[in-house]
Amino acid sequence: MTVQMERKRAAQSASANGKEITLDVKSLKVYYATPTGDVRAVDDVSFHVYRGEILGLVGESGCGKTTTAMAILRMVQPPGRIVGGQVLLDGIDLVGLNESALRDVRWNTLALIPQGAMNSLNPVMRIHTQIAEAIQTHEGKQPKEKLKKRILDLLVTVGLPSRIYDMYPHELSGGMKQRVCIAMAVALHPSLIIADEPTSALDVVVQRVVGQTLLDVKQRMGVSMILIGHDMGLQAQLVDRIAVMYAGHMVEVSPVGSIFADPLHPYTQLLIESIPSIKERKPLKLTEGLTHDLRNPPPGCIFQERCPKVMDICRADKPPLRQIKPEHYVACHLYE
Amino acid sequence: MGGITWGYVLRRVGMWLLTILIGTTLIFMIPRLAPGDPVAAMIGRMQAQAGFVENSAQIIEAWRARFGLDQPLYVQYFNYLFNSLRFDFGYSLASFPGRVNEMVLNALPWTIGLLSLATVLSFIIGNTIGALMAWDRTPGILRTLLPTTLTFTSIPFFMLGILLIYVFAFGLRWLPPSGAYGRGLTQGFNLAFMSSVAYHAILPAMAIVVTSMGLWAIGMRGMMITTAGEDYMILAQAKGLKPSRIFWLYGVRNSILPQVTALALTLGAIVGGSLLVEYIFAYPGVGYLLYQGIVTSDYTLIQGIVFMLIFVTATAVLVLDLIYPLIDPRITFERG
Repeated sequence: MTVQMERKRAAQSASANGKEITLDVKSLKVYYATPTGDVRAVDDVSFHVYRGEILGLVGESGCGKTTTAMAILRMVQPPGRIVGGQVLLDGIDLVGLNESALRDVRWNTLALIPQGAMNSLNPVMRIHTQIAEAIQTHEGKQPKEKLKKRILDLLVTVGLPSRIYDMYPHELSGGMKQRVCIAMAVALHPSLIIADEPTSALDVVVQRVVGQTLLDVKQRMGVSMILIGHDMGLQAQLVDRIAVMYAGHMVEVSPVGSIFADPLHPYTQLLIESIPSIKERKPLKLTEGLTHDLRNPPPGCIFQERCPKVMDICRADKPPLRQIKPEHYVACHLYE
Repeated sequence: MGGITWGYVLRRVGMWLLTILIGTTLIFMIPRLAPGDPVAAMIGRMQAQAGFVENSAQIIEAWRARFGLDQPLYVQYFNYLFNSLRFDFGYSLASFPGRVNEMVLNALPWTIGLLSLATVLSFIIGNTIGALMAWDRTPGILRTLLPTTLTFTSIPFFMLGILLIYVFAFGLRWLPPSGAYGRGLTQGFNLAFMSSVAYHAILPAMAIVVTSMGLWAIGMRGMMITTAGEDYMILAQAKGLKPSRIFWLYGVRNSILPQVTALALTLGAIVGGSLLVEYIFAYPGVGYLLYQGIVTSDYTLIQGIVFMLIFVTATAVLVLDLIYPLIDPRITFERG
């Protein structure tokens, strides 16, 4: 299996460049059961996150970004299920953990900044109670004063005023709620934080503030992060490396500079071209609605039906993820 | 932040007064819209029983004066209104020297005691059943058993009451078939009397609880399913909170809010519905008294009871209205 060999080589080069790997996802498969067959939402996806870096996970709606994140958290909802693969977090395979071991891992080493900032906090619980329960569930009961000081410190870390300590979620703005979620996520100093489109429900100004808060937190705590999103402009400003997903597959993984300077996969090229420019007016090239049926993927490349550069081999053989430049991987027959 | 403003309290108390005033006016008007004269009707009954009543015209005049029926309608209305607000409903027509307010006040504690107990039990049990039915961690056995409890909802509670009397009172002889306490016991706060009261309340309370809890369960199940899809439930799980904590403080705590509103709305119906239960179990409450009043055409008694029902229901709704902002912080008093 060439894919297997490629992956092994990727892992070797990762350790060769001296960086420590926090999260290593190997051949992850998540399928959703439907009456007409399994929908392969995530199909044989592999990637890793280095310690202290932000990995951007991008792709259009329905490409499997959030499903991948939920699978890492082991929170795929039925009818979805993890069919195969490994999720190694600090060397521990999360896929094999039982319920109580999983509860220990959650928030202690793996935290989530959720997608819906507006509704992610319990509306009938005060802010400090929601942060305190995350701490006390994992560290046991804390002295009252110490706990209060710790929560206030967390609020300061994300740039929130201490007066919100006693408030309810509905008394905060969307940006403030999202920063409460960030404060909560870093409360236990996890190894990895998954931020699932943390800014998608916010306006542009607040997006910047929240993005800046994420960067601050990453630099101060050295935490690794997966930043899920479809806004290539925002990704360019925040992440160290980018992983591009399409129809449940990983099509390109690269350092952020390399991918913006020289996107290799035709899909990535179209994605980057879609960023609006102030200097020139250009038409959006990507057409919608041509994705194949995820229940019954065609042989060959998963992007063949929308690809402007499709060749005969693309309809026959599936291209493996290959390293073309340093740390820059692509799954495309154009670069053989 | 959940603080009660005086403006809100005054507005709600004003609504409460208005409700009672309108209800009282309706009680006054409805019998007077019907054709016939209560005193003439009474004489008619006496004639039917005794054959001939001497000086019937004088008796009618005397009684009309005695009951104030010879005065203009608006004087009657204001007298009635003023007396009602002092809880003075005059004499019972059927058991003449007896005063209506004494009869009602003797019966009221029985009804309120039985119904508040039954309602609270039904609310707690029904909502717990409903919540468990919608919870994905509920053991399989409970999941199959719980919905069968809902079938009792489709049995009218007086039918179930008769069945309960047949099985537990006459068949097994475990519980008394009727009454509120054993014969020969003096009323008071002594152990023998109180335990006898509890013993006698079991069957009627059971009839109400078993037939009404299903409605709470169905409503709660729907709310829990809605709540389960909320973003904060996902975050709660990602935080690694214990399932019991997520169930009670996230699921039930949020789902119960509309149920409390429903509780306030059903209170009136519950009090009215006690009539049949009290009749079947010969329970000396307001419902039983109302039944006697209707059978004997005791208008003053009926008026007094209906006024008390309106008063109690309006007061219960007022209390729930004042409590509601304490359980849902999003409801503020300022905007009413």
